[in-house]
Amino acid sequence: MTLPLQDPLLATEGLGMPPRRHGFLRGVLRERKAAVIGLAIITFFILLSVIAPYISPYSATAQTCAVYAPPSARHWLGCDDGGIDMLSELMQGGRISLVVGFAATFVAMVIGGGIGILSGYFGGGTDTVLMRVTDYLLVIPDLVFALVIADIWGPSLFHVIIVIGILEWTATARIIRAQVMSLKERVYVKRAKAIGSGHARIISRHILPQVGPLLMANTVLTVAIAIYLETALAFLGLEDPTVTTWGTILEHAFERTAISSGAWWAIVPDGFAIAILIVGCFLLGQAIEDALNPRLKVAHLSVRRWRIRPLAGRGPEAI
Amino acid sequence: MSLLEVSDLHVWFDLPQGQQVHAVRGVNFALDPGERFGLVGESGCGKTTTILALMGLLPPTASASGEVRVDGHNILAGGEDSARGYRWKDIAMVFQGAMNALNPVKKVGWQIAEPMAFHGIAQGAAARRRAGELLEMVGIQAAAAERYPHEFSGGMRQRASIAMALACQPRILLADEPTTALDVMVQAQILDLLTRLSSELGLALVLVTHDLPVVAQTCERAAVMYAGEIVEYGPMEMLFHQPRHPYTRLLFEATPDLYGDSEVVSIGGAPPRLDRPMAGCPFQPRCDVVLDRCAEEHPALRLVGPGHEAACHHTERAGST
Amino acid sequence: MPSHRTGGLDVTGSQGPAAAGDHASAVPLLEVENLTAHYQVRPRLTQRVTRQSRLWVHAVDGVSFTLARGEMLALVGESGCGKTTTAQTILGMVTPVSGTVRLNGTDITGMPERQMRPLRRQLQMIYQDPYESLDPRFRVEATVGEPLLVHGIGASPSERRELIVAALERAGLSPADAFLARYPHELSGGQRQRVAIAASLVLGPDLLLADEPVSMLDVSVRAGVLALLDRLRRDGRMGILMITHDLSTAAHFADRIAVMYLGRIVEHGPSRQLVRHPQHPYTKALLSVVPARDPRVRSAPQLLTGETPDPVDVPTGCRFHPRCPVAVARCSVQDPALGVAASGASPSHQVACLLA
Repeated sequence: MTLPLQDPLLATEGLGMPPRRHGFLRGVLRERKAAVIGLAIITFFILLSVIAPYISPYSATAQTCAVYAPPSARHWLGCDDGGIDMLSELMQGGRISLVVGFAATFVAMVIGGGIGILSGYFGGGTDTVLMRVTDYLLVIPDLVFALVIADIWGPSLFHVIIVIGILEWTATARIIRAQVMSLKERVYVKRAKAIGSGHARIISRHILPQVGPLLMANTVLTVAIAIYLETALAFLGLEDPTVTTWGTILEHAFERTAISSGAWWAIVPDGFAIAILIVGCFLLGQAIEDALNPRLKVAHLSVRRWRIRPLAGRGPEAI
Repeated sequence: MSLLEVSDLHVWFDLPQGQQVHAVRGVNFALDPGERFGLVGESGCGKTTTILALMGLLPPTASASGEVRVDGHNILAGGEDSARGYRWKDIAMVFQGAMNALNPVKKVGWQIAEPMAFHGIAQGAAARRRAGELLEMVGIQAAAAERYPHEFSGGMRQRASIAMALACQPRILLADEPTTALDVMVQAQILDLLTRLSSELGLALVLVTHDLPVVAQTCERAAVMYAGEIVEYGPMEMLFHQPRHPYTRLLFEATPDLYGDSEVVSIGGAPPRLDRPMAGCPFQPRCDVVLDRCAEEHPALRLVGPGHEAACHHTERAGST
Repeated sequence: MPSHRTGGLDVTGSQGPAAAGDHASAVPLLEVENLTAHYQVRPRLTQRVTRQSRLWVHAVDGVSFTLARGEMLALVGESGCGKTTTAQTILGMVTPVSGTVRLNGTDITGMPERQMRPLRRQLQMIYQDPYESLDPRFRVEATVGEPLLVHGIGASPSERRELIVAALERAGLSPADAFLARYPHELSGGQRQRVAIAASLVLGPDLLLADEPVSMLDVSVRAGVLALLDRLRRDGRMGILMITHDLSTAAHFADRIAVMYLGRIVEHGPSRQLVRHPQHPYTKALLSVVPARDPRVRSAPQLLTGETPDPVDVPTGCRFHPRCPVAVARCSVQDPALGVAASGASPSHQVACLLA
């Protein structure tokens, strides 16, 4: 019974805007500088990690300088407590940290996305059970859980990935579930059901593509959290100390009296790298999230006003 | 001098890529107190934009030109700042989907009293009393002022929106699709209410809708809009019995009548894009009596009868009246 | 025995002779008998306090009608009358509490989805909102082709494309090739609705449910879509159940009209006759408030007081009696059933009123 509320801009139907599927990320990048910066930061670190073995000036494991040697022309970031070049160690550590971050995020996304979709789509008993499980895990304190797991299973990188994955999927599950629940009510989904489409088809062809952008935003944000958690877990000594990650670098530094030795170069560059990467992930992730929220467009409460134009030569009473 | 005079109103919208949409292209009309005027057209014709411009409620991406005179004063002269002075006190609006735009966490009486306090008409207890009176005027018990919008039905919410629009005793009421989302019985009640208010309070009413029968039964005069322009306006009877613009004629023929047996037609094609300059008559691609000159020459509104104008080249040949 | 459908042949509108001929007269396309569907709602806070548990919305309360091939029946009524729920129940999206729905003779009431799936080829629905009923990420070809994939019709993509093109042409989108690669946002409202209709036609259904098919379209395109539906039922021998609130549209395009109020059919008859000689007070009132497009025709609107009551609180006796202008004492006690009108001109004109 209602006519759609016509946006005056839509009077020009078929303006040739590209379909969202192809242009979405590009559109986000075009409109928001924050997204570009974020993507640039993430790309930088990924590239750095990939080429690290080839451009590391020194070994990241063997001693090549004096203990806590300060930054010099030969060792740009100085050396750590074991006489290992800081820069090389940082690059090597970055590789592992990123791998852990992305792997843990992948685990979290698969579990979280899967549970979110199943819960949102099927509703009813399935939803109740899955959400109770989610709530249960949401409530468990992260670090306590990690400590217990490390104690039982022993410290290792693989365990860290699993722990982070288990801790992170819950938030994603809730967000995805909310969106799937509203998508389920869209008319084209109901129509697909009326045609006789099965659940698998509806989920894969109609729901998943719409959930994609949200999942993307969530993934990027979860990477940030995963990196952070990895650092925290390593710092607490729950990770395999023989592996070099950004977290273990920090952990070694604190353990081996870097501060009292005044060796800031063993701590600050590492912390800096972590912070920048997390900021980059947040910039990109939040830019995508904002783009997905249609209500954040220019509204009547903006500072700009509509303009009155002079009627140049249009009539005797022109303004 | 009429109560409301709109002269050569144009509205443009800026598009993100830098172009502009010329949504309203030179609209003129005038209203006297107590008059009911219909603004008819399909989606995208610019009717909602026109009345938003009358209120000065255009989005920041808009620019406007032209004059809107209320009692001789051009309320658009200073843009938003001058328009705001007249808003709600002299000219008020019932929005499309207004029934869904009521604040869910405030009592209805409070929402009606709010503009009164803001414009300095009444405060506190006096405002609440007046809110109750307004509710009675629109057919709701005054005690309902203590209820929340979700306790009202759709029709009652629309009445409450009308009461809110009347809070500061405006002389002009703009109603944008006031009955579109309502059942036909409730629609009749609301239209009856608007007619009554217009004659009892001397309100000038502009009824914007796509629903021709509603306008035919409620308004004395109407204007038909197409692609941002008024293509015909005049007394309701003339528009139906002697339409002088093909679009008006076809629009009536496209509307089924309950007892009539005449064939219901559809108009092929679609309205033109408003982000490009237009040559000739905007309706010519879809017109059934199109001439060669229609593609080149833009027809101006020409008098074809007392108070009846149409923008069509055919009016020239047939002569007026 | 339901008529047998072979893949895709029915898109052109011609049915196999064995399928249609014998059964068309014997078995009606759609038979709805005493259909009842209730929703349970959570009680509001005030009602919880007064310990009223288990509130039921009597959305559909004993609805019966039949629909034959080549016929269009309009279910008319105001919001809350149950017309959309009736369609949802026929489609199988809502499980009825009681009553039967028979499609081509087969009882499909409350049928489990697995059994229902092959039968969905005979029964399709068109929705009100042309802007929402198409997946914005699917091109027209994919939207219209999806039913074919779901039901395994068409051995190859080119064969499916032929069926898709035929369905688009049948829905009035010509030349169909120009539309195949388009996205919904590139189409107008009327075109989108036609794409939705094509997607329904591609399986060659017998019965089409149309829920307010034109109410969200511009006036100038409505007649085109309605004429299309009209053509489909005449040439294609399809049956169409149209849900609408617009009495004028129903009067013009439907063969028969059934007026619903609070979950029941209160009047049912040939559209011309029902509109000119309404028997039920509700129908009379409803018809009187439909505005005429001729400004000179000043109708005498019979405005009923108040609004349609909440379907949770169905009045005793005749559902309409609280608002009825001619109600008498026994109307609050006795619930009238649909019966032939005393003054009705034809036996197919039925009304549920104690005074008719």
